Amino acid sequence: MYRNVSGCAISGIISRSGKRFSGERIIESVATMRERSNGLGGGFAAYGIYPEYKDYYAFHIFYNDNAAKKECETFLEEHFDIINLSRIPTRKIPEITDEPLIWRYFVLPLPTKLAASQLDEREYVVRCVFRINTGIDGAYVFSSGKNMGVFKAVGFPEDVGRFYKLEEYEGYCFTAHGRYPTNTPGWWGGAHPFSLLDYTVVHNGEISSYDANRRSIEMYGYKCTLLTDTEVIAYMIDYLHRRIGLTLDEICHVFAAPFWSTIEGKPKQEREELKFLRNVFSSLLITGPFSIIVGFEGGMMALNDRLKLRSMVVGEKDDMVYVASEEAAIRIIQNDLDRVWSPMGGEGVIVTVEGVKN
Amino acid sequence: MNILAHQLGFRALNEKIRNSSEDVVIEYCYGERFIGAGASGKTITINGTPGNALGAYLDGAVIIVNGNAQDAVGDTMNDGRIVIHGNAGDALGYAMRGGKILVKGNAGYRTGIHMKEYQDKKPVIIVGGSTGSFLGEYLAGGLIIVLGMDTEDCPVGYFTGTGMHGGEIFIRSHKMPRSLPKQVCAGPATESDMNRIIDILAEFSETFGFTMDDILSKPFCRLTPNAKNPYKQLYTVN
Repeated sequence: MYRNVSGCAISGIISRSGKRFSGERIIESVATMRERSNGLGGGFAAYGIYPEYKDYYAFHIFYNDNAAKKECETFLEEHFDIINLSRIPTRKIPEITDEPLIWRYFVLPLPTKLAASQLDEREYVVRCVFRINTGIDGAYVFSSGKNMGVFKAVGFPEDVGRFYKLEEYEGYCFTAHGRYPTNTPGWWGGAHPFSLLDYTVVHNGEISSYDANRRSIEMYGYKCTLLTDTEVIAYMIDYLHRRIGLTLDEICHVFAAPFWSTIEGKPKQEREELKFLRNVFSSLLITGPFSIIVGFEGGMMALNDRLKLRSMVVGEKDDMVYVASEEAAIRIIQNDLDRVWSPMGGEGVIVTVEGVKN
Repeated sequence: MNILAHQLGFRALNEKIRNSSEDVVIEYCYGERFIGAGASGKTITINGTPGNALGAYLDGAVIIVNGNAQDAVGDTMNDGRIVIHGNAGDALGYAMRGGKILVKGNAGYRTGIHMKEYQDKKPVIIVGGSTGSFLGEYLAGGLIIVLGMDTEDCPVGYFTGTGMHGGEIFIRSHKMPRSLPKQVCAGPATESDMNRIIDILAEFSETFGFTMDDILSKPFCRLTPNAKNPYKQLYTVN
């Protein structure tokens, strides 16, 4: 009777002052957009949730079975000092079924191994994550940053939030995703956010340039293994931000580069910068419709494709900034906004927390 | 009849609206979709944030929003009137073919995309603030007016009138829009052009409380399809 007019749902909340708040609010926000999901994937990224282990990498890992867990733990013990490990607490609810084994490890690279590798610490961690995800059958690291974590599953996002007891976590930034997969399978690993180190991405849209982007990023050692397009954005951010050292603003101009005709109309300095970014990183241009929210240690960034083929609204109240696919998803948790607006296509909104390095 | 929207969900809410023979006031509205779809013969007042496709296929009803609306307001609307005392999202008046939409604040990308007219059916959109890019994309008929009451810049984004082949767009500004395609003619609105839109300007003025002096304090430019440079052989020679 009703056609499900949809798209995925994304939402993000951040406190500029770094004030921590419960995951309850992001669940309420994304739940408002239930019609944008179809129950085949939901997830959250939460920042500032592990202050007691803030200097350790928090690995969240899905295992298909105990054999995979045993093999992965052997690998972890060989490469890391494991300071703490536990099952991630979950709540049995009828809406979420067929869960894998879900474990959390707080780790630091073994100093001798790290020294022998001649890599910097973060590169060492990235390589270990890819070793597990591509080399150990049935094990998948879906979160690997410090003082943050990804929580995702097959289900509607509000159910996924209850499953992981997200209301018991407190952080300074949360992002959320409700999935409506159109071209690719709905499975636990394919739920958003996608992450590497502390970078996370939630995405509404589909990447027409996926294969060009994938071929390009795989030249730098990244492996796309998750059967869906958004994964490649997480690796592109890691590559451009951590490895190349571009600013987030510059990354927006790479991902959603303005049309040449628009670039021609800019003042000289800006025109030269935009031309440079578009030429040098042409294979990392993302075409097709998208709105994304990127989380990272100490901040959050929101970006639309340059044609603005997906909706995205930003709201502000005191030190809080809200981003969502629909304004209603912001109003439901904060109706009294100081400012509300829709950024232009390709215009990144970057929010950073005072006093946190990024 | 008063309805609390959010507890009901969009299906039950829309059923109640459809089954009501009297006017409806909706409170506590957070993103419920399709409100007033196909409705005629009543006034629907919404206090809150109605969801996407508000007033889709509207067929004569009046919708008043005290707040901001989301995407695709008045999608394929046939007749009636939608008044938004706030902003509207993307694709406002998408493929609209009759009736009027009045927005006090801003509208998003692709305002009036693929609007069309036929004989006495002539849709009208008037926006008090600014719009995003691709205003009047593929415009085939009808009237779009953008006033930019709160800005000194040209109140439209890039690529206005791309693919436009009918209808007209009025923009109140000292500055011309950026990057117009060559299939669009732009020039100052003449006195007879202004006479044709004076009634709708007056309606906007009364509805939202702007004075006519204020509205007419800046020149209007008018965009129409360029009959001397029509779309032909865009893709293949045949």
